[in-house]
Amino acid sequence: MNVTIDWNAFTPGSALAGGALIGAAAGMFALLNGRIAGISGIVGGLLTARPRGVPWRAAFLLGLIMAPVLYGTWRHLPQVRVDAGYGVLVVAGLLVGVGTRYASGCTSGHGVCGIARLSPRSLTATVAFMASGVLTVFVTRHLFAL
Amino acid sequence: MPLLTALIAGFVFGLGLLVSGMANPAKVLGFLDLAGPWDPSLALVMAGAVAVASVAFAITAKRTRTLIGIEMKLPSSRTIDAPLLIGSVLFGIGWGLAGFCPGPALVAVGMGLPKAITFVGAMLAGMVLFEFLERRKSANTSMSPEHVTADG
Repeated sequence: MNVTIDWNAFTPGSALAGGALIGAAAGMFALLNGRIAGISGIVGGLLTARPRGVPWRAAFLLGLIMAPVLYGTWRHLPQVRVDAGYGVLVVAGLLVGVGTRYASGCTSGHGVCGIARLSPRSLTATVAFMASGVLTVFVTRHLFAL
Repeated sequence: MPLLTALIAGFVFGLGLLVSGMANPAKVLGFLDLAGPWDPSLALVMAGAVAVASVAFAITAKRTRTLIGIEMKLPSSRTIDAPLLIGSVLFGIGWGLAGFCPGPALVAVGMGLPKAITFVGAMLAGMVLFEFLERRKSANTSMSPEHVTADG
């Protein structure tokens, strides 16, 4: 396939800087809390009815959700565009919810933390969800042009 | 103390998603769309994150307790099984449909975006469905529901 880079959309500087922040957050969480900063696992663990794990999970997720709130008081929030309609979002959300729990992780737990730990499980998972995501976008955007 | 560090870690994680542009589904889909004009940013986000995190994980690998004395709870499973593969493929389909994965979706909820709230509501429903299916399965086979280990 002939890949053309969209130089207008490509933001290498902020991508690396933001990535470093994500890595720093995951790193400090492992070093201090001894846990993987995997969002699907942290959210999913709230639904397993093990009360002991609730406070730290809630604290992490509160920090995550508060990030745009505090960021917005300091500078303009980056633009967010969601093209998918509500019906597609419901289907996508269900798939992401079920899929990440069966896979025991998502982009953060497998894609960032797992690869940083050289975990063969996480490397496999990342290749699988990347390939599946690329294929899905190809089918919806180019094959059927939804 | 662990609650404060969890709060800060979550906050810095969210900042990273905002700064990197990954809270924007349109940008994520620009990466997944190899056949269109391709935005490689997501690859650099992962590279930056992995480079920094790998330093920390090199340290955790040698420790049984964290720097503040908590027991390390990092996953140790190495088996590549069907749930890992099928789950990842299902997740990828949802990711490709919406451009949201769990972290960015929660950040967008913090922005008050109705579409993000819809996505996260459905995601939670999907996770509840998983718990239901797993519990039914473990009730049938009398296995402990704890056998599903979380990588993240």
